Amino acid sequence: MSSAVSRIPFKPQPSVIPGFGITLGLSLFWLCLIVLVPLAGLFLKSAALGWDGFWATVLTPRVLAALRLSFGASLIAAAINAVFGLLVAWVLVRYDFPGRRIVDALIDIPFALPTAIAGIALTTLWAENGWLGSIVASYGIKVSFTPLGVVFALVFIGLPFVVRTVQPVLQDFDREVEEAAESLGATPWQTFTKVIWPSIMPATLTGFALAFARALGEYGSVIFIAGNLPMVSEIAPLLIVIKLEEFSYGGAAAIAAVMLMASFILLLAINALQRWAERREKRR
Amino acid sequence: MAGGAIAGTRDATRRIERPGAAIWRWSLISIALVFIGGFILVPLVMVFVEAFRQGWAAYIRALTDPDALSAIWLTLTIALLVVPLNLIFGLLASWAIAKFEFTGKSFLITLIDLPFSVSPVISGLVFVLLFGLQGWFGPWLRDHDLKIIFALPGIVLATTFVTFPFVARELIPIMQEQGTTEEEAAISLGASGWQTFWRVTLPNVKWALLYGVLLSNARAMGEFGAVSVVSGHVRGLTNTMPLHVEILYNEYNFVAAFAVSSLLALLAIVTLAAKTALEWKLAQAVRPDKD
Repeated sequence: MSSAVSRIPFKPQPSVIPGFGITLGLSLFWLCLIVLVPLAGLFLKSAALGWDGFWATVLTPRVLAALRLSFGASLIAAAINAVFGLLVAWVLVRYDFPGRRIVDALIDIPFALPTAIAGIALTTLWAENGWLGSIVASYGIKVSFTPLGVVFALVFIGLPFVVRTVQPVLQDFDREVEEAAESLGATPWQTFTKVIWPSIMPATLTGFALAFARALGEYGSVIFIAGNLPMVSEIAPLLIVIKLEEFSYGGAAAIAAVMLMASFILLLAINALQRWAERREKRR
Repeated sequence: MAGGAIAGTRDATRRIERPGAAIWRWSLISIALVFIGGFILVPLVMVFVEAFRQGWAAYIRALTDPDALSAIWLTLTIALLVVPLNLIFGLLASWAIAKFEFTGKSFLITLIDLPFSVSPVISGLVFVLLFGLQGWFGPWLRDHDLKIIFALPGIVLATTFVTFPFVARELIPIMQEQGTTEEEAAISLGASGWQTFWRVTLPNVKWALLYGVLLSNARAMGEFGAVSVVSGHVRGLTNTMPLHVEILYNEYNFVAAFAVSSLLALLAIVTLAAKTALEWKLAQAVRPDKD
């Protein structure tokens, strides 16, 4: 991609295969129509509020509380996913046990199950009279309709991101390096921290960032379990919906612009992480 | 959506284990199983248990309710409109990206993936800002008696936005991997561009294409956030299946809510089963000599 001489975008190198102009042209047209123009419209709308109007909308206690909950719960959920996702990926790649293939297939359920369905299922499950909720309730822990419920829903939807990012790297990991470390007298813990972890760390971080990004914007699975109390368990995407229902288009656009900027920064970070991981992979 | 891992050869059992390794192994496996069980398997099973809580008759009654039927019908209509659009775009974009070299390619791929990192609510909001009553084109649409938001076109637009990358991102890596030599050979032997596409490229990518279509179909039928923002929740008119589930649930009609949910959960299971089968097929095609 580094043809530094010709900096003209979309300029093809000569090829005998036909159809470059038409396929690229139509793709770009469709991309602009469905994705880029609508997104640009959103930024225009929030810009129309003006600098002061924008911050007056965003810096209200209710919006700040929602943003804090969204970022905080997403961060905690992504951290839980990083730990357990790594553990699950490890177990799936390294160990054989009855039902392993079924567990492997189950990992993708949060990708495929509609979020609203996940939402009502998790809410019922963790409600005080639910299958699992009644167990933790006897220890005085409430999940459904609390911020903890938000975290639980975000753990559900984020898990596959970590597992599916770490799994292939762990699978390609050269076992001989590990065996060499062991035969040189390293303890299992040393082997893991000094030999295995450095090579799967970039993938784990990427998975963490992907899970965080997904959790930040999540709506369907959260709104049922959250209880949606203003200032307590109201997530930022829900506040966007509330602003829209109040016909405050500018307010909705302002919150959305903040969320989008965060998503784009995360997207850049994820791309950088993936390039870093690839470079490390090549060096071995 | 990094493609699921295909089971590799497992040599863990062949190695001599150090003492205590078995305890480690079984405790890690137990933790993983409890975690997956509690967070994924139990919620999934619960959808079906709750759906059949009052027996078959109540289940069937919930699904044949006129509002439920119209929601199912609307959801099918949307998938039928959106999936072909994604299919065509995916083929166009992956042809341009995989078969040619040009500057700005990785940037273009990032732009195609963009909808993945946008919150579903924002995916709906952008269309309300364009076509809603107070949106950019709102007054014009009202004067011409056209309805996009709170109507079918809005739901289709929002769903298209959300499912935009699905087919393209399944096709691009596999087409890049296959390179251009086969197409170049076909062209130099006198095949036209169309013939090359139909006879050479398409057969090579058909499984990845099918997988992309399945995924985008599952997401199109199950999308909630984006559709909820643009739909207006008019019963029997603009309610898709996930929105119908929400209404039933909020009315404490849990059995009916889970009955409609069970259809979507079934769709998810079928999609994943097909995915597993496709991966197995791909693995066979890549290394036919191995087991």
